[in-house]
Amino acid sequence: MTTTNTLPLIKGVKNAPLEEYFTSGHRTCQGCESALVMKLMVKAAGPRTIVLGSTGCMYVANTTYYSTPWVVPWMHTQLGSSGSAATGTAAGLKALMRKGKIKDEPINVISFCGDGGGIDMGLSAISASLTHMEYNHLVLCYDNESYANTDIQASGGSPWGVNTTFTPPGKLHRIMNKRWKKNMAAMMAVGHPGVRYIATGCGSYAVDLMNKIRKALELGGPSFIHTYDPCPKGWDYDPMYSHELGMLGVETGIWVQYEIIDGELSLNGPSRMIERGRRKRKPVYDFLKRQGRYAHFNDEDVDYYQAKVDEMWEKWWLPGILPIRPEEGLQPTHNLKNE
Amino acid sequence: MTTSLKVLEREELISGSEAIAIACAMADVDVITAYPIRPYDTVMQFVSKLIADGTLQCEYIIAESEHSQFEIVKHASAVGARVFSGSSGVGWFYAFEALAVTCGLRLPVVAMVGNRALDDPGAFGCEHNDALAVRDLGWMLRWVDTAQEAMDAAFTAWRVAEDPRVYLPCAISTDGAFLTHSQQIVQVPDQRLVDEYLPAYDRGDFVLHPDNPITIAPQVNEDWLMEIRRQTDAAMRRARDVIIEAHDELKRIFGRGGDDPFIEEYMTEYADVVLIGMGSLSLPLKVTVRRLREQGRKVGFVRIKWFRPFPDIEIRAALSKFKAVGIIDRDYSLGSPDNGGVLYTEVRSSMYDADTRVPIVGFIAGLGGREVTVPSVIEMFDEVQKVADTGNIEQHLIWIGLRD
Repeated sequence: MTTTNTLPLIKGVKNAPLEEYFTSGHRTCQGCESALVMKLMVKAAGPRTIVLGSTGCMYVANTTYYSTPWVVPWMHTQLGSSGSAATGTAAGLKALMRKGKIKDEPINVISFCGDGGGIDMGLSAISASLTHMEYNHLVLCYDNESYANTDIQASGGSPWGVNTTFTPPGKLHRIMNKRWKKNMAAMMAVGHPGVRYIATGCGSYAVDLMNKIRKALELGGPSFIHTYDPCPKGWDYDPMYSHELGMLGVETGIWVQYEIIDGELSLNGPSRMIERGRRKRKPVYDFLKRQGRYAHFNDEDVDYYQAKVDEMWEKWWLPGILPIRPEEGLQPTHNLKNE
Repeated sequence: MTTSLKVLEREELISGSEAIAIACAMADVDVITAYPIRPYDTVMQFVSKLIADGTLQCEYIIAESEHSQFEIVKHASAVGARVFSGSSGVGWFYAFEALAVTCGLRLPVVAMVGNRALDDPGAFGCEHNDALAVRDLGWMLRWVDTAQEAMDAAFTAWRVAEDPRVYLPCAISTDGAFLTHSQQIVQVPDQRLVDEYLPAYDRGDFVLHPDNPITIAPQVNEDWLMEIRRQTDAAMRRARDVIIEAHDELKRIFGRGGDDPFIEEYMTEYADVVLIGMGSLSLPLKVTVRRLREQGRKVGFVRIKWFRPFPDIEIRAALSKFKAVGIIDRDYSLGSPDNGGVLYTEVRSSMYDADTRVPIVGFIAGLGGREVTVPSVIEMFDEVQKVADTGNIEQHLIWIGLRD
């Protein structure tokens, strides 16, 4: 399995493939953006794909015995095992193809995890899977910012101050979640320099997301995509606003859309416009006020949240991506070579 | 095949770990995952050398934890690859979740457990609590006592585990240090004999592949879990016959394997008292039995080779002949009935419906790799003899070789 499938980029929504490989048979909530990510993921990947799904809503709500939405082969994996499932499946296929035990052909391997399974428990296995360069696979982390299947508990992907069942506001402590969201995709990129493709995405930008899936699979080797998925149940809003909230997350600068191909970073969509100064970030209040999970926020909390997002865009070395600053006089390597 | 075995074997001085590594090469294993922990890791050191030298062709993945080790081979097995992994002590426990789900998924993962005491406090030596911890889940558990048996058991493990009537994982327990690090003479069979004994792994309709787009392990809840557990139970029951078939074939092709697939009886003819144990204990046991027999004492030894499926039929048939028996546990089960070890409890349970319910005494010995010496074996025989003579069990469970 040294070759990958050829997956040309989709130019506009009208040119998206009509075939669906994630169809009826699931029972996800109305307005579930993670289910949309699943649908776009396999729509982009096509029929020669194996999907591995770690425990989470996209396991429990999608696949109930005697029914399945998956047209492509699908297998459950454990909560912290999305990385290992990808490696094991790709390695098994490679061994069998190399020895002539099965037909040698490109097969996409995609393993998905939620933020709990990926950003918390599965972090070490995903990291390991991104070091085995000889296997082609994609790990996709669909991030709805809580253990949304279990009962909306805080994860390492939950934002600061958020109301979850493990971090409820109370009489003494208004803010129970004092942790800031982990910077997952950038952490994967910085920590695994050989990886050819790493990106963030959002179901609100469907064509962009499908093309990112295609690039990851076609470039080969291990790859990683982190998606930002509004969740009506966990974020507490009317399901009809899922798409809009995804866009607001990007437009306020809380979520940054980017991709890194062979080490080269580019921002996409509104994030790119913001970075180039062609568009102003919307105030985070526009995003926060739309969701029940932030209903306990007072003005001070909103200001703090805004200040943290401002910091991401104004103080970080790379906006929203690299949260470190060079000391005075420290030059990038390419500048050093020029001297 | 009728060629003389002598022509088709070569003798090598190797450890149990090296014997299993060679078996991996001869079985043409497709995916192997390694992670360091003593003492099992010696098998992976030999595996990596065989790969480096081109003797073994496989995908060799150095995982970042035991959990990933067993998750990776689990998924490779689902696409139809023959797999091997292993661990020891707390490493095996770190993989516990993966070990549990492998049974429910009915995937024929073969593992070597280099039996080791569990932390804390740290100890490298042999104890059986690591492998025994999975005894309720659907793992077939095999205990070996020589490097030769380790190699033969590995071939049998793939053969039985990958049989479509079974499709269950199998762990080969090799006592830490005694088998993982000590060398013995091993008859390494010719590749043609192995090929005759071990058919290719065929996942059939259950293979995960775009040409066979199935959904594996959806959520079942109370609707179906009981039926699925019962299917796994049925597979474990069927494993008995498949093990017997494999044993007969092993004898025919390799000329080895002993009289019974499940237990080994050593000098039990006309014996009044016998001791029962697993693994490398058999060496001091056999030496002591021979010495005591020379002195005219009617003693014997029974070694249990398969712990899962448990040889209850064989145990009932064998033990009913004796006046009293002692079970040696290189493990513990704190708070269990009469504070006995795991093997003690299982043997005693097997004997409940026996026509002759022989008195049973339990011993805990050799924990943490402490040597079970000839004098301590004599002490155990003396205790069992007392029970045989008086018909009275004063103490159900005795710890042997303890400091005062």
